[in-house]
Amino acid sequence: MSVPAAALSIRGLAKRFGSKIAVDGISLEVPAGSFFGIVGPNGAGKTTTLSMATGLLRPDFGTAVVHGVDVWARPLEAKKLMGILPDGIRLFDRLTGEQLVTYAGLLRGMDKAVVSARVGELLTALDLSGDAGTLVVDYSAGMTKKIALASALIHAPKVLVLDEPFESVDPVSAANIRDILERYVASGGTVIVSSHVMDLVQRMCDHVAVVAEGRLLAAGTVAEVRGGVSLEERFVQLVGGKVQTGGLEWLRTS
Amino acid sequence: MVAHLLRLKLTLLRNGLRRSPLQLIGLAIGGLYALGIVGTCVAALLFLRQQDPLLAQTVVVLGGSAALLGWGIVPVVAAAADMTLDPARFATSAIPMPQLLAGLAVGGLIGIPGLATSLVALATVGTWWRGVLPAAGALVGAVVAVLSCVVLSKVVTTATVSLAASRRFKDASGLAFMVPLVLMGPLVAGVSQGIADSRDFLTELAQVLSWTPLGAAWSLGGDLAAGRPVDAALKLLIGVATLGAMAWCWKLLLQRALVTPPYAGSNRRTGGRMGLFALFPASPTGAIAARSLTYWFRDPRYSGSLVAIPLLPVVLAFQGSQTGSFGVIMIVGPLTAFLLAWSISADVSYDNTAFALHLAAGVRGLHDRLGRALACLSFALPTVLVLAVGPFFLTGNWEWLPAILGLSLGVLFSGLGLASVVSARYTAAVPLPGDSPFKKPPGNVGQTLAVQFGGMGVLLVLMLPEAALLIAQSVTGDPAFGWANLAVGLLLGLALFVAGVRVGGRWLDARGPELLAQLTVNR
Repeated sequence: MSVPAAALSIRGLAKRFGSKIAVDGISLEVPAGSFFGIVGPNGAGKTTTLSMATGLLRPDFGTAVVHGVDVWARPLEAKKLMGILPDGIRLFDRLTGEQLVTYAGLLRGMDKAVVSARVGELLTALDLSGDAGTLVVDYSAGMTKKIALASALIHAPKVLVLDEPFESVDPVSAANIRDILERYVASGGTVIVSSHVMDLVQRMCDHVAVVAEGRLLAAGTVAEVRGGVSLEERFVQLVGGKVQTGGLEWLRTS
Repeated sequence: MVAHLLRLKLTLLRNGLRRSPLQLIGLAIGGLYALGIVGTCVAALLFLRQQDPLLAQTVVVLGGSAALLGWGIVPVVAAAADMTLDPARFATSAIPMPQLLAGLAVGGLIGIPGLATSLVALATVGTWWRGVLPAAGALVGAVVAVLSCVVLSKVVTTATVSLAASRRFKDASGLAFMVPLVLMGPLVAGVSQGIADSRDFLTELAQVLSWTPLGAAWSLGGDLAAGRPVDAALKLLIGVATLGAMAWCWKLLLQRALVTPPYAGSNRRTGGRMGLFALFPASPTGAIAARSLTYWFRDPRYSGSLVAIPLLPVVLAFQGSQTGSFGVIMIVGPLTAFLLAWSISADVSYDNTAFALHLAAGVRGLHDRLGRALACLSFALPTVLVLAVGPFFLTGNWEWLPAILGLSLGVLFSGLGLASVVSARYTAAVPLPGDSPFKKPPGNVGQTLAVQFGGMGVLLVLMLPEAALLIAQSVTGDPAFGWANLAVGLLLGLALFVAGVRVGGRWLDARGPELLAQLTVNR
C-alpha cells in the first residue's frame, strides 16, 4: 500500500497553558490535495493545534512537517508553503483593504507587479473591489474575514490553513469562498479548515478529524469517520456530552 | 444590586491581580505612594487644627477644590479612566437606573484614588475638631464632597465615552486632548505667577471658591467654626445641589450611552490609492516602513506624539521668556530626538496580535526592525535637524551648534537602535488598536514601567560620551569639543543604530512566537 505524500504531518503535538493542557499529543496526517476538516467543540484545542502547526505558537512537544519541511526547524521555508487565516487575531486595520493584501504580498518578498495584479483579482473574486479603498477597521466582520483570506492566498501557497473561515460570512460570500477553495484543491492544493459547523464540513471536505479536549478522537475520509450516520450524529457520539433536553419547560412561549 | 456591583468590582480587581504577580507589585507600589501622600495630607490637616481658622479654611477649601477639579480632568487626560465597570457592559442587564448609578458611584470609590480621597476628606473632620457642630459640619461636607468627586469623574468619562461613538471622532478627540496637556506647564506657570504677585490672593480665592460648586462642600466645617451657621447652611445647599445636578447629568448621559450602540460610519471607497506603499520600495523592509509610516498618520496612538512635537518649542520658549534666558530652548533638539526615537520602543505592542501577519509571512527579524526604524527616521531626522538648528537663530550662541547637533543625532540614532531591541523582546501595556490614546491600557503596567525606565537608563549610559563632551565644552569653552561631539554623536549613534537593529532582528527571529504569545494575553 502506497502512502500518499503528506501535505501536513504533525506528530505528538502538545501544549500546556499554566495548569491547563490545551493539546494533549495530537498526531495527524493531512494527505496532499485533500480538503481536510478539523471539527471539535469549543475549547477542543483546534486553534492551538493549528497555531502550532503553522509556526505561530511554539509547541511543548512534537513536530509539524509541511511537504517535508519541518516548521520549527526551518520556519522561513515552511512558511513560504503555507497560507494562514488565524482566528481571533487582529489585522493591520488602519490600512485599506487593498493596502493590507498588498502588504501581505510584499512581506513575503513578492514582485510588485505580480502582487498588484493578484490583489485586483482576489478582491474581485471575493466581491470586495467596491470597498478596496475603505479602511479595514470600518469593514463588517464578514468582510474582515474575507480580506484576511485574501491576505492568506496572495502568495499562492501549497497548503492553506483556515481557522473558522466561514464565521460571520454571509451565505453568498461563503459559497464564493467554497468555489475558490474547491478550485484550489482541484488544482492540487491542500486546504485544512477548522469549523464547528458539521453540515458544512460533511458537504465540503473529503477528510475529517474529530478533536475534543486536546485529543484526536477519529480521523480519516469523511465516509470512514461517519460510518453511515451523519457527521453531526457521529460527532455527538464521539464527543459525548449531549444533554437530555427534558427540562426548560418554562422556555415554551405558548 | 449595589452590593452585587461592588462584589463584581472586587472580583474583577482580584482576578486581575491573580493573572500576574507583577500587577500585584504595581498595585503595592501605587498603594505605598498613595499612602505617603495621604499620610502627609492627613498629618497636615490635623496640624491645622492648632492654627488660625482662616488659614485652615483657606487650605482646606483650596485643596478640596483642586481635588474635585482633578477628579474631573484626570480621567480624560491621564489615561486613568477606570473602565472596569464600563456602563456599556450593563446595557443588556436591565438594571434599574437608580441602583446602577449608586452601584457605579460606590464602585468608583474602590481603588487607590477613591480610598485616598476619602481618607483625606475624613481628616478634615480632625481639622475642625473644635466643637461638635464644626466637626459634624466637616463630616457632612466631606461625604458630599467625596461623592461629588466620584460623580463628576463619572459624568466626564460617560460624556466622553458616549461622544466618542464614531471612530473619526475618537481619533480627533484623542489628538485634541494632547494640546492642553502639553501646554499645561505654561498655563500653570502663568497662574502661579499671578498668585505670587498678590499676597492675600489665596485667601480671597478660597473665599470666592467656597461659594462655588467646587469649594462649597469643603467649607462647611470652617464656617461653623467661625460662627457663621447661615453661610454654612447656604453652602451645604450649594454642595448638595451640585451633587444632585451632576448625578442628574450622569443619569441622562448614561441612559443615552446604554441605548446608543457604538456606530462607525464611513463611505465605501473603491481602490486604486496605494498611498505610501507606492512611494517605498517593494521589498519587505519597504513595505513595513510604508505600513509603519501610514500608522504614524492614521493611528491616533501614534499621531498623538506627532501633535505634541510642534508644541515643545512653544513650551520651552515660554519657559525662556519667564526666566529671561533662552538657553534652555537649546535642548528642544535632543529632547525631540529622544521622544521620537523612544516612541517605537513599544511598536510591536501597538500592533497587538496583527503582528501575527509578520510571523506567518516569515518576515526576517532584521527587515522588521529596519522597516519600523526607517519609517520613524524618515520624518524624525528632518524634524530633529530643524529643531536642533532653529533655536540658535533665537539665542545666537552658534559656538554650541556642533555639540547640540551631535547630541541630537546621537540620541536619535542610539535611541532608535535601543528601541528596536526593546520592542523585539518586551511587550508593553499600551492602549489597544482603535482605543483612545488616553484609555487605560490592559495588562501589566508594572512590567511596562520597569522596561521603559530600564531602557531609558540604558540609553543614558549609551549617551555618556556625548554628555561628557558637552560638559567638557562648557567647562573649558573650547569649541573643539563641540566638533568632537558632532563626530561622536553621528558615528557612535550610527554604530549603535546598526547594532540595535541587528540584535533586535536576531531576537525577533529566535523569539517571534513567544512575543506573539505575550501579545495574545493583552488583546
